[in-house]
Amino acid sequence: MSRVRLLWRKSLNAVMLTLTGVAAFGVVSILFLILGYLIWNGGRSLNWDFFTQLPKPVGETGGGMANAIVGSLKLLLLAALVGLPVGLIAGVYLAEFGGKAFSFVVRYTTDLLNGVPSIVIGIFAYSLVVLPVKHFSTLAGGIALAIMVIPITVRATEEFLRAIPGSLREGAMALGASKWRTIASVVLPAASGGIITGMLLALARVAGETAPLLFTAFSNRYWSPGWNQPIASLPVMIYTYAIAPYDDWHRQAWAAGLILLGLVLLANMGCRLVLNRRGITRSV
Amino acid sequence: MSTTSTTLEHTAPPSAGPRAFVQRLRQGDEVAHVITLTFAALILLITSLLVYELWINSHLSRTKFGLSFFWTQIWDPISGDFGALPFIYGTLVTSVVSLVIAVPLGLAAAIFLAELAPRRLSDGIAFLIDLLAAVPSVIYGLLGIFIVVPLMRTILGPALKAVLGDLPIFQGPNYGVGFLTAGIVLAIMIVPFIISVSREVLLTVPRDQREAALGLGATRWEATWKVVVPWARTGVMGSIFLALARALGETMAVTMVIGNDPKIKASLFAPGYTIAAVIANEFTEATGDLYLSSLIELGLVLFLMTFVLNGLARLLIIATDRGGGHPS
Amino acid sequence: MKKLALSMWLVLCLTPVAVAQNVSLNAAGATFPYPIYSKWFDVYHSQRSNIQINYQSIGSGGGIRQLTAGTVDFGASDGPMNDDQIKEFQTKNGCTVLHFPTVLGAVVPMYNIPNLTAELKFTQKAMVGIYLGTITKWNDPEISKANPGVSLPKDDIVVVHRSDGSGTSYIFTDFLAKVSDDWKNKVGKGTSVNWPVGLGGKGNEGVSGLVKQTPDAIGYVELIYALQNNIPFGYVQNADGKFLKASLAGVTAAASGGAKTMPDDFRVSITNASGAEAYPISSFTWLLIPQQIKDQAKRDAVKGFLKWMLTDGQQYNEGLSYAKLPKPVVEKELKAISQVQ
Repeated sequence: MSRVRLLWRKSLNAVMLTLTGVAAFGVVSILFLILGYLIWNGGRSLNWDFFTQLPKPVGETGGGMANAIVGSLKLLLLAALVGLPVGLIAGVYLAEFGGKAFSFVVRYTTDLLNGVPSIVIGIFAYSLVVLPVKHFSTLAGGIALAIMVIPITVRATEEFLRAIPGSLREGAMALGASKWRTIASVVLPAASGGIITGMLLALARVAGETAPLLFTAFSNRYWSPGWNQPIASLPVMIYTYAIAPYDDWHRQAWAAGLILLGLVLLANMGCRLVLNRRGITRSV
Repeated sequence: MSTTSTTLEHTAPPSAGPRAFVQRLRQGDEVAHVITLTFAALILLITSLLVYELWINSHLSRTKFGLSFFWTQIWDPISGDFGALPFIYGTLVTSVVSLVIAVPLGLAAAIFLAELAPRRLSDGIAFLIDLLAAVPSVIYGLLGIFIVVPLMRTILGPALKAVLGDLPIFQGPNYGVGFLTAGIVLAIMIVPFIISVSREVLLTVPRDQREAALGLGATRWEATWKVVVPWARTGVMGSIFLALARALGETMAVTMVIGNDPKIKASLFAPGYTIAAVIANEFTEATGDLYLSSLIELGLVLFLMTFVLNGLARLLIIATDRGGGHPS
Repeated sequence: MKKLALSMWLVLCLTPVAVAQNVSLNAAGATFPYPIYSKWFDVYHSQRSNIQINYQSIGSGGGIRQLTAGTVDFGASDGPMNDDQIKEFQTKNGCTVLHFPTVLGAVVPMYNIPNLTAELKFTQKAMVGIYLGTITKWNDPEISKANPGVSLPKDDIVVVHRSDGSGTSYIFTDFLAKVSDDWKNKVGKGTSVNWPVGLGGKGNEGVSGLVKQTPDAIGYVELIYALQNNIPFGYVQNADGKFLKASLAGVTAAASGGAKTMPDDFRVSITNASGAEAYPISSFTWLLIPQQIKDQAKRDAVKGFLKWMLTDGQQYNEGLSYAKLPKPVVEKELKAISQVQ
């Protein structure tokens, strides 16, 4: 092999390897850039008012997003109450009881539901919950988010249940426990760590969703008592304030963005650390 | 397991004692089976209901426009003429731009993480990239408006024009918002998916493939590029399809930076519109049933696009898992 | 025991019903009057803490749509509902819809030209040309001839319009259609038109935001948005040929003719009004109230607010650069409130 050619191959090797490293670090640095920018802009704008005050009339400075923070929590609560049990129990079916053909259909449909764009889920929730009762509501928003929580929860539940070794199940049954008893008292608790982290990740994912809330939960200038009224939420407020011209609103949008991102990242970091410690590196 | 239960059922049903207890436990299993099955079926119900609602509520526009909906360029609420072409165009253009940026970047990063980085560094960086995937869309939109748009208008746009200004895709006025900006923001959003799925796919390639190539005198790069990556080709394609499906449905980040103009233009600097963005902007105010029905039909089109892509993606990834799983 | 029950009953009956019922109203619509509406609802709520009016500014088109669908209690729009839309409302809701003018406002052409401090004058032809896309550069003769001595850049004009269904768009296109047959035939007037050129911003807020951040941009917004954000806006040529900058006086002058001939349903257009001092792109903006409101508490709350709005509420208008309603219109409206059953 000629020396020139060898030199060429070696330099190509060095260049390409460096480029891949640059790419990897470049992508990671974007994350830090985002965080840095949000902390810089949002941190400056965070004050006690932000957490405790309601929005002020248009054009007046000040006010806060207390109702949006509570609103997001309420919507998440509803999404959890409706979506998590469905996802969990369906996941149990797929892992423990499922027949081959039907399970395949269910899995495929779950993946399909997971891939539906969130704006389309918003359309669905609008025609399902808003139109029949003729008003926007926390319920409609919560259901839209619940639908998005289900596929992620199913996947997490099924995977972590399957990861439990068969020997555990067989041991329980040898002691006389029925199948459902085995699942409830032995298998589920053993998989609970992973399943719970999967659920938290699902909730963190929908906490930041805006599109499905645009025409279900709508928004609200005030507190929203009960479940039947429109409700403010952090992502929708960020959107509304960001596209407006008022500098004070921009300031508040940064602050809200920081809060939202902070919560989402904390949840993700916590969950993934727990998963990694258990030796599970598969990304949910 | 099932044979045991049938054997039990064949015996005469006892009335008391340990046999009856076991019998009741078995029935508990049946109940559990039914309950879990119902919840699994609920998912099927929800999904079918979703498709049904989309279909039914788009009835007006489907019957009025038929297939011509797909190639009509006009979107005129006053005259009642609605066509999907500008939005399909916008959706495809922004997605293609995002792939052109994200695929080389993502693949390069995945190669680094899977082949070159020491395991702990690779895991650490993969962890951070998973975090990037969790950032909500509206935050990307926020950063898009205040960072990417001004950057495009002041630095990036003029630079591109200076170097490549002869190409039709870089002609025309540069507003800061437009197809290219939306494509860039989308690229940042989908690159984590490409990286994490490609990395995992690359990690499943058997060691002996690499070692064989290195043993024959290939450089690390040659071994990676000419042996490992082709081996994982289908899986990598699958990750690209997944990322594409995600890009197609992205709503908030895109609508905040694309300019919201339903026109088909050759220039990437021009403002455009995507299916998801127009639904988000106009849904709550579509006066008139035909208008609303057209928007819902757009939603149906988007649903079908992502459905097909996701299906293809899954197939490709499954194919790699099977193909790469040679017992060595 | 009986004595206790009886006395409790008496107490309950005799306790004055001071704890008025909590009423929560949802409304949506125009962004044009959003600043004054949000101020009104805020003040009203602070005076009557049991009544809460949640107004979302999603655009006039949205207000009409959601009102017709019945998802809000009342709507708001700067483009009055046309006959087809009223018919659709009647079919879906079993009663008609009433229009109540609230304030008078002006639509101004705001622009962002770097290093330009002079205030620009726009002829009617210039406005039409810019939005038709026939005038593409700032130093076009049609613009420069009205602004002698001002050095205009040869940059491309970045046109900004509304991306959502908008009453402000209705007012603006109504004006353009009146002054140009070309516009009338090619584009027409409406809350959502097929714009020949330009970027779309969501709401008055979105248009202001885009113009503020994009050099060489021009957009049409309600006066207060330009003022609150310190964005320069130009003079517009009126029907009498005079160049006027939007002002309370100009808007009131434009409304004076319309006030005299106000129809019973209050739907009237006052763009391009004649009169030397009449600002050409002025308009009323309306609250859209269903003629029948079944829930008594809500009905009383709505009627109460309307009355307050027409009397006490008007004092807040001028502070936010909206003009007060002319007296004859106010009186006519106060009478019309009784139509809400």
